[in-house]
Amino acid sequence: MTNNKPATTLTNAFKKSSKTFIGFLTAGDPTFEKSVKQILALAEAGTDIIEIGIPFSDPVADGPVIQAADLRAFAAEITTDKVFELVAAVRQKSQVPLAFLVYLNNVFKYGYEKFFKRCAKLQVGGLIIPDLPFEERAEVLPFAQKYGVALIPLVAPTSGQRIPSVVKDATGFVYAVSSMGVTGVRDQINTDLAKMVAEIHQATDVPVAIGFGIHTPQQAARVAQVADGVIVGSAIVKIIAQNKQQTLTELKKYATAMKKALSSRLNKSK
Amino acid sequence: MTEQTKTGFFGEFGGQFVPDQVKEALNQVAAAYNQFKDDPQFQQELAYYLKDYSGRPTPLYFAESLTKYLKGAKIYLKREDLNHLGAHKLNNVLGQILLAKRMGKNKVIAETGAGQHGVATAAAAAKFGMECEIFMGAEDVERQKLNVFRMNLLGAKVHAVHTGNGTLKNAVDAAFSYFSQHLADTYYVLGSAVGPYPYPMMVKDFQSVISREAKKQILKKEGRLPDAVIACVGGGSNAIGAFAEFISDPQVRLIGAEAAGKGVDTPENAATMTNGKIGISDGMRSYVLQDDQGNILPAYSISAGLDYPGVGPEHSYLKDAKRAEYYPITDQEAVAAFVLLSKTEGIIPALESSHAVAQAVKIVPKMDPKQIVIINISGRGDKDVSQVARYLGRKI
Ligand SMILES: Cc1ncc(COP(=O)(O)O)c(C=O)c1O
Repeated sequence: MTNNKPATTLTNAFKKSSKTFIGFLTAGDPTFEKSVKQILALAEAGTDIIEIGIPFSDPVADGPVIQAADLRAFAAEITTDKVFELVAAVRQKSQVPLAFLVYLNNVFKYGYEKFFKRCAKLQVGGLIIPDLPFEERAEVLPFAQKYGVALIPLVAPTSGQRIPSVVKDATGFVYAVSSMGVTGVRDQINTDLAKMVAEIHQATDVPVAIGFGIHTPQQAARVAQVADGVIVGSAIVKIIAQNKQQTLTELKKYATAMKKALSSRLNKSK
Repeated sequence: MTEQTKTGFFGEFGGQFVPDQVKEALNQVAAAYNQFKDDPQFQQELAYYLKDYSGRPTPLYFAESLTKYLKGAKIYLKREDLNHLGAHKLNNVLGQILLAKRMGKNKVIAETGAGQHGVATAAAAAKFGMECEIFMGAEDVERQKLNVFRMNLLGAKVHAVHTGNGTLKNAVDAAFSYFSQHLADTYYVLGSAVGPYPYPMMVKDFQSVISREAKKQILKKEGRLPDAVIACVGGGSNAIGAFAEFISDPQVRLIGAEAAGKGVDTPENAATMTNGKIGISDGMRSYVLQDDQGNILPAYSISAGLDYPGVGPEHSYLKDAKRAEYYPITDQEAVAAFVLLSKTEGIIPALESSHAVAQAVKIVPKMDPKQIVIINISGRGDKDVSQVARYLGRKI
């Protein structure tokens, strides 16, 4: 894969002195303009990759917090075209690495080729498609390869023997799901993450980020001991959901705290 | 595409479009199903319970009065309403619960919309001494209090699902999520021929008893195959069961009646085949009601069992292959058919099944008296009488 491929922007975001912080928000929550500002604020505060959720009517992998965000985005009449316009607006100011969290039917309906082409044009490095397991990946793989956009595989605590097949052709990064069930903040993560990540690392060279349930800097630091990065969704969406005057400041504060936790952890372990 | 990636497809329809978290659960179910489906002992046990617990075979009944009334083809009714609990649902539930037992599970879960499948699962779980939890949209729990009480009476715990708009689709998601987290002791009894592989195939197999019997019965009574088989289509389990044995007989028209609700030109319908487009939802590629962004639209029908925006993948395949035909029936037409069958034959059909009767009302008069039509009466209508009374403006 050549270096100007969009997927490379994601992998490069892991080549830093600290562990990688990936922040999630839903496009258009609560409005198009606010989303653009939120993304720029997160980027400014050092968020390494921003994962943008495209709202969907049936987000089977998402819990109540992100479902509510989808509803707010629908109220703002966000469409797939609008999401691309939103990314274009971000790109005028920032080259922060981006990925989409999108359900397959949205991509299918938009047209696979058209969707991947626009991703490449806007340097969206990869897609996380929760309802596309590797067995069905042939659906979109030719387009992902043609445009150099990563299909970021999700590995579940139950993936077990499936891990080598799931991550075999991974580009960008691998999304390790910390807990069973849907997205949402959790106080406890019971999965043996070290073992899971080790199994993934054995099967692929691309970096591994852990997501689902992580919300505090302490948790992030702990999880980062075994992974290359952490993904935070619901905790960020909760800040956005309050829709206060100082939302942007709070987002920056949160991202800064997370980044700090991820770098201090690394320093300590050195 | 390799052979393996095509497992679970009917042409381009079907598949297993689910998060990796659910994969392990589905793989276990598929492995058990493939192991036992042709096992003579399993089949023998299933046959025993279908006969002595559910009351099969159900009659294929010559509806003489309705035939006279419609003045066209000769009408037979496949009486699935006479199954224990009053619907075809138990055929599938018994099959899956026996499979769960073989897998060593002592607990079953199920989704339910109106409550029919939940009640059937709760009953069979009670019979086999298994723990049972039912996932039901919070909105449906409110609307179907009687069935919630029935499930409780049968010893099941009912979870009200508050996500989304609190209806069937949310219940399915909640059940899959619970299933993937409690794999060790739990089995998920899915209620229709929908969802990811192996459910559409498995539910079809268990419901095919309908057409296996009907084919034998019609050959015995008439010495020939019917000209048409008509069934209502929600997810499509009773219809695929009624079609299965006739799919390879091209002279038999296979006709599905779907719910047009307040009309296919209104937003309030569940006419997936008429208004839907191909999409990926509920773990499968099939026709589904969706907007221009690919978001799934809420469905509506007076009949809770047909109130579903998708359809089983094999039906989508049969539609595109032009092997089966699907037509929309409005609430109004269904209620008229509900009344008609009650008055002509003394049989009160479920509102779901009334859609099939209504389709017969449309085509039978244009047919020749020498022709034969089978209508699958998927369930009895006792559960629907108060709703029909309300629809007709009667106070009871
Ligand atoms: C009596 C009856 N018929 C039909 C249906 C629709 O389901 P399917 O299309 O899977 O047969 C239901 C569902 O609840 C039902 O209760």
